[in-house]
Parts: sequence; C-alpha cells; structure tokens
Amino acid sequence: MNNITPYSSPHYFIYLLVLLLPIIIGLLFGKRFRIYDFIATVIILVITFFGGNASQGISLIAYVLFEMIVVFSYLRYRKKKNNSFWVFTFAVVMAIVPLVFVKLDPLIKNATISLFAFMGISYLTFKSVEIIMEVRDGTIKEIKPTEFVRFLLFFPTITSGPIDRFRRFQKDVLNVPSRDEYLKLLKSGTDKLMLGLVYKFILGYFFGTLLLPKISILALSYAHQRPLGISWALVAYMYCYSMYLFFDFAGYSLFAVAISNFMGVKTPMNFRRPFQAVNIKDFWNRWHITLSFWFRDFIYMRLVFTMMKKKWIKNRITMANVGYVALFLIMGFWHGETWFYIVYGIFHACAMITNDAWLRFKKKHRKQIPSNRFTKYLAIFITFNVVCFSFLIFSGFLNTLWFS
Amino acid sequence: MENTEKIVDILKDVTGLDNVGNDKDQDLFASGILDSMATVEVLVTLQDDFGITVPVSEFDRSQWSTINKISDRVKELE
Repeated sequence: MNNITPYSSPHYFIYLLVLLLPIIIGLLFGKRFRIYDFIATVIILVITFFGGNASQGISLIAYVLFEMIVVFSYLRYRKKKNNSFWVFTFAVVMAIVPLVFVKLDPLIKNATISLFAFMGISYLTFKSVEIIMEVRDGTIKEIKPTEFVRFLLFFPTITSGPIDRFRRFQKDVLNVPSRDEYLKLLKSGTDKLMLGLVYKFILGYFFGTLLLPKISILALSYAHQRPLGISWALVAYMYCYSMYLFFDFAGYSLFAVAISNFMGVKTPMNFRRPFQAVNIKDFWNRWHITLSFWFRDFIYMRLVFTMMKKKWIKNRITMANVGYVALFLIMGFWHGETWFYIVYGIFHACAMITNDAWLRFKKKHRKQIPSNRFTKYLAIFITFNVVCFSFLIFSGFLNTLWFS
Repeated sequence: MENTEKIVDILKDVTGLDNVGNDKDQDLFASGILDSMATVEVLVTLQDDFGITVPVSEFDRSQWSTINKISDRVKELE
C-alpha cells in the first residue's frame, strides 16, 4: 500500500465518507465525539502519511513536536515577560527553520535534509507562525497542547490548505451547530463537493491530463526554430496551464471546505471567481485567498506598520511598494528556490506597483477617463492575460523550453 | 459622538475622499475605501491620536469594518 494523496483517488473519498459518517450523525443529534474525532484524524493521517514507507509520517510527528516546543516555549515566555522583539523574531525563525530546510533541499541535494519533508509542511508552518504572531500581539493568550495539535492536524486541510486562523477555527470546533445550521452546512458542503468533482476530475483532468501534454509537445517542437521558442503553441500552453491550475486547485480547495463543513467547521473559501478580477489587487483578493490574506496580514501589513511607526520611509507610495516587493519576493521563495518562482514573485510585485500607479492616475483624471461596461470588460481582459502570463512563468515551462 | 467625528476626519485624511462619513454603517473594506495600506495608516493614526494600542492581528476586519464599529472599539480600548 502507498501513501494516498488526499482527494486524489476514489479510495480516499470512500475511506473519508465512511469515517465521516459517525461525525455527521453525531452533529445531526447535536453531539461532537471528541475521542472519535481524534481516532478518525489518526486513521486519515496514517492513510496519508504512513501508507508507503513511513518516512513522511515520522517527519510529520517530529515536525509537530518541534513546533510545539517552539510555540509553547514562546507562550510561556510571553505570559511572564513583556514583549521582546528579539525573542519574538527568534521564535518565528525557529518555527520556519524546518520549512526553510525542506525548501532548500533541491539546491543542496542532501539526502538527510529531504527526510524532514512531508506533504503539507508549508501549510502547517503558516498556522504555527500565525499562532506565534498572535501570541506576541496578545490576541491569543491561552492555548492548550491538544488544541494546538487539533488545529495543526485538522485533516481536511492538512496538505494544501485553505489556511484557517486559530481563533476562527476554535470558535467552530467548540461550538455544536443547531440542527438547522448544520443541515445548511451539509447542503453547502455537498454542493461544494459536487462542484469540486467537476472542477478537479472533469475540467482539471481535461486541461491538465488530456490537453496540456499535447500542447507541451507541440510548443517544445518550436524550441530551436523560433527566437526564444515563441509560438502560438506556447500561447495555448499559457492559457491551458492557467485553466488547469485553477480547476485543479480550486477543485481541491472545494473538497477541503466541503469536508470541513461536514465536520461543522466553516473553513474559509480559497477562490472567488478569480478570472473576473478587474485589476491585479482584486485578483489577489480572489485567488488562493487564504494564502494571500496570510501574507497580507502577517507580512505586508506588519512590515508597513513598522515602517510607518518607526518612520523608516516617509513616502507612503514608496512604503507600499517596498511592502509589495517584500511580500511577493517571500511568496516566490516560498514556492521554491528556482528562477521562475522568484521571477513570478517579482512580476507580481511589479504588477501591483503599476496597478497602484494607474489607480492614482485615474483618481487624478477621473473626469477624462471613461468608466463604463466596456472599460470594465477591458480591465478584466487585461488582468486575465497578465495573470495567465504570470502562470506561464510559474509553470516552469519556460525553463524546459529554454534550458533543457 | 466626538470620537466618531474624529474618526471620520482621520478616514477623510487617509483616503482623500470627502463623502466617507455619510453612511456610518458602510463597510469600509467591501466598498474598497480602505485597502491594506490605508488600513495601516488608519491604525497608526488611531494609536497616535487616541493613545490606544491596536495590534495588527487584533484588527479583525469584521469588528472594524464600519465607522460606527471603529468608534465602539476605540471607546472600549481607550
């Protein structure tokens, strides 16, 4: 038996629905069975991480123990003393050390380091860092080890998010919804599950598995015939990959939210019609929402807040732009240490800066610049193409086209 | 009441919009009046003008989303 990637095969769904049945029946009768929840979590985690060789599972356990030491040492410190910036920074650095190692792995190619890796380490790290940040701010004052583990290992979202927030999550798991509320949740969960199946296994499969390999071969055949290998096939690859990326990931995210709903947890949605965004800022409010909001709240806003408070930079525009570059560079590095992820980050930072400049210009010349249905569709069209181009960079296909 | 006027002034300064105070229950985030940058500016100004500390993570967008809500929260924290 091998590890089963969540939501990737019919087996997983069958195991999942069988395991969920007692939870669903319990919630229908206004009960949460804490011990059963725990057992179901363990079974799912075993299926996901211990199916093949157990190395992923062992890494997961080691990782959780390590993060617990970091988070609870920091919490103990915070209860006794006031806030030292350096202790806080040290805690955050420690919390991301395992992730940094795993991300650096392709660069150093060290067999020992890759032992730390397991599916979903990024997402668990986002959650741990959020807790440390909120412990610093005093918005999380108390957290029990069992609560921490339950939050981190909440299995519907364990491998790829959506990234929930601790206080929001607690509110749901400590509450038992009324039967009416829960029936609504069940219905919305079922709708999401169905839509997710269409997204991931029909549309995602069509674009990613049926179409993309064919376009890829065609586009690569132009590699040495055209300057930079630019061809219509490459353009087709860009759109096809973008569709695949969206339907695959949005489909997965719908599953994660649906299963959370079945468990009485309102995990936030990750996508909200991203291709209808009217500008790039709007796009990031609609695409991988929980990730972009995490970066907004815990990197961008904090950085800008510090810059403003300490008066490092006077000019507000410069400050916003520095914030964008920092945010998207970090996001690029987080995706992986390859040139195309970093360029993808820089590209989006530039797009955000350009967009802000345009919005300022538009504000000043409000009377001269028309705004109607046509300009709205034009804005959506331009944003869509900018985004698809960024996904072409992100896909790494240019790397294959140019360098191999 | 006085607080609310002060907050409206802050919002007008930050956003450069004159009609901000008209509807005190308007959602400032959903309507696009406040983006992240403007939010931080409002936060820092609130801290300076009212002498209150609002950590960024306390700034829950549902609890601070309208002028009336901001006013209530400021009163609590003062």
